[in-house]
Amino acid sequence: MSIIKINNLFKIYDGSQIEVKAVNGVDITFEEGEFTAIVGPSGSGKTTFLNLLGGLDRPTSGDVIVDNVNVWGLSGRKLIDFRLHNIGFVFQAYNLIPVLTAKENVEFIMELQGRSKQERFERTKSLLEAVGLGDRLDSRPNKLSGGQQQRVAVARALASKPKFILADEPTANLDSRSTETLLDIMETLNREENITFIFSTHDARVMNKARRIVTMEDGKILSDVHV
Amino acid sequence: MKSNILLAWRNLWRNKRRTLITVASVFFGVLLSTLMTSMQEGSYSSMIDNIVKFYSGYIQIQHEAYWDNKTINNTMTPTGELFELASSVREVTHTTTRLESFALASSETLTRGSLVIGIDPDKENKITELTKWVIDGTYFRPGDDGVLIGSELARYLKIEVGDTLVMIGAGYHGVSAAGKYPVRGILKFPNPELNKQTVYMELSNCQNFFSAENLVSSMIIMVDDQYDLKPAMKELKAQVKSPYTVMSWDEMHPELLQMVEGDRAGGTVIKAILYILIGFGIFGTVMMMVAERTREMGVMVAIGMQKIKLAGILFFETVFIGLIGVLAGFAGSIPLITWFYTNPVKLSGNVADTMIEMGLDPYMYFSWLPSVFYNQVITVFVMTAIVAIYPLFMAVRLKVHLALRA
Ligand SMILES: Nc1ncnc2c1ncn2[C@@H]1O[C@H](COP(=O)(O)OP(=O)(O)O)[C@@H](O)[C@H]1O
Ligand SMILES: [Mg+2]
Repeated sequence: MSIIKINNLFKIYDGSQIEVKAVNGVDITFEEGEFTAIVGPSGSGKTTFLNLLGGLDRPTSGDVIVDNVNVWGLSGRKLIDFRLHNIGFVFQAYNLIPVLTAKENVEFIMELQGRSKQERFERTKSLLEAVGLGDRLDSRPNKLSGGQQQRVAVARALASKPKFILADEPTANLDSRSTETLLDIMETLNREENITFIFSTHDARVMNKARRIVTMEDGKILSDVHV
Repeated sequence: MKSNILLAWRNLWRNKRRTLITVASVFFGVLLSTLMTSMQEGSYSSMIDNIVKFYSGYIQIQHEAYWDNKTINNTMTPTGELFELASSVREVTHTTTRLESFALASSETLTRGSLVIGIDPDKENKITELTKWVIDGTYFRPGDDGVLIGSELARYLKIEVGDTLVMIGAGYHGVSAAGKYPVRGILKFPNPELNKQTVYMELSNCQNFFSAENLVSSMIIMVDDQYDLKPAMKELKAQVKSPYTVMSWDEMHPELLQMVEGDRAGGTVIKAILYILIGFGIFGTVMMMVAERTREMGVMVAIGMQKIKLAGILFFETVFIGLIGVLAGFAGSIPLITWFYTNPVKLSGNVADTMIEMGLDPYMYFSWLPSVFYNQVITVFVMTAIVAIYPLFMAVRLKVHLALRA
């Protein structure tokens, strides 16, 4: 079943001299349980595309339909609430709230959702254990390595029980060992829990873990292959 | 809500030094303002206290026509009910009555116009401490038929204690008034005008002289201080009916009230400038706090935090700076002011000499009025609330995709 349908999506930035077609006519669908890499050189439009898809940046035209909801038909508080309940986010770096511990960062999103204390407590513990940080519950982000921080971010993204997780270059700031650990965790979650991941990268090793590879260039999809 | 406050609190201490410096500016502002206000209010109340104790009292009841036309024909009969009424008010400490009018005072060869004041010697002394101005002779004894006269008047009339003063004037409804009175004592007030014209008599003696049986010009009512005045006035105003009227010191001394208010306004301007400077300091800090966290704020809103909630956190951060500053300021100023309130600063030198000559205690008084403190809380709160508009605005206007690229 497709959970995301994208029709004729455009994002045009009006620069001072030239307009930039950051996303230039994209049509694509994503299925539940996919493990997709969006690849392409820097400036090809990956971040912009993921932002449009995640309800973070408004498209110039075109639709993003998630589970039969037209995302850009929502606005303001409703759009933020839609993100809270439907989409998990992992960004390139500095994902976490610096003044909260690993545990509190994960709990935070469930608190926003209004989940009970009991549920928050149990889920936080099991999620952080799942990403291999069961012993770092009370560490603040600045006491964690970059790779550990990204794992907490993945745990947080999962905590809200989203329909899918968007990760914009989640490994760009990591060394190769941390990169591998993070991807293994994501892959395991995808395989065992059927969590849908869409992540961008320009790293070939990361790309090769994906089971679907969408290549972008100049805001267009160049190729879309299932491997 | 709870987590918002927790987040705000922790955010506040991310840059400890900057927060402490900003808090310190509020601290010094509050400390200075409270001390200054306390000193001002303390000096006003001691000044008012001195002035009302000197003659007018805090409150007077008069015939309603008397204040505008102070003649003996506008006097009143102080009924027992009036006395009962006054003493039934909880704040009232003392009452007395006076009869005042003008008459000519003469010695053997010289004559001069004088203000004749009939008093109840005991009650009067409890309020105005008239005895302390007696520089020669003695104060009234019970049932005394003599007079006390101002020092300048005595000098002009070439009269001394033991001599006889002849008084001539117009009494109630134009009846002619005349009498001979032995001089019991000489009064020297700080005010030369009074020295030139006052003649004090025992009240019934004075009523006889003016043929004003049982009549008085005013009933003087004392309370402990300005702060007891309000409730006392409220009650008296409610109960005293025509043809009587109640006046408080500020109605009887409008110039004094004006002076106090003018001075208070001056102080307010200084404090306003102080707080505006502090406000800009807080604003600078808050601007930095917001600017350096743009990306973080972007992440929070991206993952699903409502902007209004983010705004709430930033608001609390701003208000906390003010709040900690105020609490620290009070921690400093309350002991200081309490000390100075119970141990007024003794003045010395010329200022002290002048004050003593004027019959004032040569001390600088401090006030412990609640408003000295809560005005600071209100000011700081309003100031931080205004400053907090900036982060609120920034939070509400946050563009997530741009913030994430910051
Ligand atoms: N806010 C913006 N204003 C103008 N141009 C932008 C903005 N954001 C991105 N771009 C441009 O859009 C294009 C795509 O950028 P981006 O989506 O970040 O690509 P990628 O993530 O693949 O590096 C780039 O040319 C970039 O300069
Ligand atoms: Mg990018």
